[in-house]
Amino acid sequence: MTASIAPALVDAAQGPALHIPDGFLSTPVAAAGYVGTGIAIAIAVRRTDSRLDERAVPLMGVMAAFIFAAQMMNFPVAGGTSGHMLGGALAAILLGPAAAIIVMAAVVGLQALLFQDGGLVVLGANIFNMGVITALVGWAVFRLLAPLQRWHAAAMTVAVFAAGWLSVEASAVATAFQLAISDTSPLDVALPAMFGVHALIGIGEGLISAAAFGFVLSTRPDLVRLQLGGGSSGSGGAAAEGDAALAASSMDRGTAAGILGVGVAIAIGVAFLSPLASGDPDGLERVAEDEGFIETAEDAWYEILPDYTIPGVDNEAASTIIAGVVGVIVVTGGVLLGARVRRRGTSSDPPALTEQA
Amino acid sequence: MIAREALFAERHIERDSLLHRMDGRVKLPAALLYIVAITLTNPAQWATLALLALPLLVVVAISQLPLLLVLIRSVLGFPFVLAAVPLMFTEPGEELFTLPLVGWDASVEGFQAVVTIFIKSWLAVLVGVLLTSTTSVGDLLRALRTLRVPKLLVAVVFFTYRYLHVVGSEGQRMMRARDSRAAEIEGYRSGGSLRWRARILGFMVGSLFTRSLERGERVYAAMQARGYDGESRFLTSPRLEAWEIAAAAAFVAYGLIVQFGMRL
Amino acid sequence: MTSTVKASEDGATASPGAAAALEIADLHYTYQDGTEALTGLDLRIEPGEKVALLGPNGAGKSTLMMSLLGIFRAEGSVRVLGEELNDDTRKSVRAKIGLLFSNPDDQLFSPTVLDDVAYGPLYMGLPADEVMRRSREALAAVGMEEFEARAPHHLSLGQKKRIAIATVLSMGSPILALDEPSASLAPAARRELIELLDELPQTMLISTHDLSLVRDLLPRTVVLDGGRVVADGPSEELLVDGDLLSAHGLEPLSDHVHPATGTTRHPGGSAPDPN
Repeated sequence: MTASIAPALVDAAQGPALHIPDGFLSTPVAAAGYVGTGIAIAIAVRRTDSRLDERAVPLMGVMAAFIFAAQMMNFPVAGGTSGHMLGGALAAILLGPAAAIIVMAAVVGLQALLFQDGGLVVLGANIFNMGVITALVGWAVFRLLAPLQRWHAAAMTVAVFAAGWLSVEASAVATAFQLAISDTSPLDVALPAMFGVHALIGIGEGLISAAAFGFVLSTRPDLVRLQLGGGSSGSGGAAAEGDAALAASSMDRGTAAGILGVGVAIAIGVAFLSPLASGDPDGLERVAEDEGFIETAEDAWYEILPDYTIPGVDNEAASTIIAGVVGVIVVTGGVLLGARVRRRGTSSDPPALTEQA
Repeated sequence: MIAREALFAERHIERDSLLHRMDGRVKLPAALLYIVAITLTNPAQWATLALLALPLLVVVAISQLPLLLVLIRSVLGFPFVLAAVPLMFTEPGEELFTLPLVGWDASVEGFQAVVTIFIKSWLAVLVGVLLTSTTSVGDLLRALRTLRVPKLLVAVVFFTYRYLHVVGSEGQRMMRARDSRAAEIEGYRSGGSLRWRARILGFMVGSLFTRSLERGERVYAAMQARGYDGESRFLTSPRLEAWEIAAAAAFVAYGLIVQFGMRL
Repeated sequence: MTSTVKASEDGATASPGAAAALEIADLHYTYQDGTEALTGLDLRIEPGEKVALLGPNGAGKSTLMMSLLGIFRAEGSVRVLGEELNDDTRKSVRAKIGLLFSNPDDQLFSPTVLDDVAYGPLYMGLPADEVMRRSREALAAVGMEEFEARAPHHLSLGQKKRIAIATVLSMGSPILALDEPSASLAPAARRELIELLDELPQTMLISTHDLSLVRDLLPRTVVLDGGRVVADGPSEELLVDGDLLSAHGLEPLSDHVHPATGTTRHPGGSAPDPN
């Protein structure tokens, strides 16, 4: 266990441990990363082109420089370590998912090209993990939870926090799966290790994102409205109050729920297929036999989620995977349910009526 | 971070070697394909790895880069390799040793797999270092266009690079200003809670966001003032010369032939 | 202005006897890119002194200020009110010197003015009522008490400068290090700033290119060039030494121009918003 936690801890001092170097992903996984990223960027380019028109390039360029800088800023945690942010969720909340994907692609791409931070052949996978996943998960979670602010004013902060935390966690889990499918790191070690370490790192991400969002909302609410209103900034002062500005349209909420749904489906698919796809299933079996190792390896997992076992499942590795998937489903289900209840509860809300009509 | 700054590739762009003169549009694809050839190596194929490493030594010599710099830069990403270490204990095979205290058994095969990943990763980073230390950023980014990266994204990357240091040093000054007020006096416990410190950083990030967005709007205005119409235009690159293409093709062909030839 | 006087007394009690406010010996600092910013700097400033730090761009003025608080770890010796600066004492030294950054946007990062002024006292771990008392007093000292709920982002540069000063005053530091406080200010805002600084009792080290500010406010001038002190003496003598000034990238004040406090006084004279 120490062996696999170590890199995460070493990297925790520098932020989320998600920049995969070349040589760690098999060629098919790296290629799949490029395909996924390519599709996401193609869609994002079309969307930003139509939304931001000719301001797109200078605005997104400076925003990417901002994310780059924000990743370097830190706060002291303890024992010489420091907290950083990845920024994908915040970028998506403030700029929209399409612009955020392009901004994050520029950041992660430059890090690989200029600083050898992450490999070139695995760049597609790195952009996918740190840019596409964080932006989509962060945006979807925020969009689903933000309307809850009609219950309680703090819901907005909670929504941004959850978006930040889940975006890092989703990214870490994706990285663990890719390492496992590539036969680089056994899943039953990589998954709990990445999940556990990034559960902590994600707290920093959530806190920083929430405070940053709060700052922007209080000093330049027009910037947030520009984004959430989805229209031009010309609509001006009438909708100045945050509440009106933050009323996400139900269509966006549907899209958000869709993204999360597809994400969960992919996660489940990968979770079940990965042990089969692995070139060396014996590795997992052997681990299951070696009880001493298993117990140690799962320490991190159990520390965070005690009593987290699935009765009736013998293979402990499989148990871990299923437990993780169930956890994701429970959280997502809760989120979706909450959003649905909210929507019903506010039937006077014009966007909701539009949807029913 | 210190090492990263000190070894920033740009400082060595000024040299004039054959490798520096090669166009980024051939170097980037060649580097990518060579890294693919490296990545394809199966565990314990030491001869393949050695043959793949050989031309890199030649390229280092051609590049006239200080060997020490290349070596130091190529190990900066090493912390991540620890992610592969557990493989040593999970891969089945002949027992190599048992880790004291925890009692994990390491296998020969597992050990070989880990070492192979180390070497593959290091060689790949070496290729990346050679590429970025001999290619100007402008050249490198223009090369992205030949790889069919969308124009919008390439233009955004150009801007990111342009404002990286401006916004980055803005963020650095904010951190210094914060730290200059991080004081302690006798009789009180200083520092505040972890949550408060994270919030303060969040405020700084939010403040930097606002300032950056306003900067972006100023940049856009300045571009409009010079006739910008939303269309990104790039300086046309010179024609590729035959020797550049031949050299790059030979490099890649060698890598693929070694990789697949050694399997026969 | 009672609050600021009190801050000074705190400083006086913290440094009994003849300890200098600042005592710098053989200070060296080299940036990562190899630039030698400080090359053996020696300087001694007594409590209550108000000192100008002049020199061309790149002379080492800002580097010196960063080094005084241990933000840059320079080699050599820095003693602040008798306390030697090192890794262990960095944070207690920061309670003794307040640093004003040249660009207040770098310094003000909180959603409201009050949050920002309270940052220093909060970090020190003072009780909540003490934090509020200090913050309000500091805002009053710079004449910005009515702005406490505003976002610093929306204020004018002159107002931001005053709040940045308040963020330092709230820490109760007996010494102020100010980096180009009057740069980029419109004339009226600049005059108000000079009046404010004139009223503050703290020991001051002010880095500036604004020679009329030096003449009106700072009796002693230190000229820096190449990372070391090249001249040190009464301002009234150094400011008329044309050869010295032009040798170090400065130009003597013309006798005909008096852009100083008093000569540009507006009718009514009270705080016009530079916007």
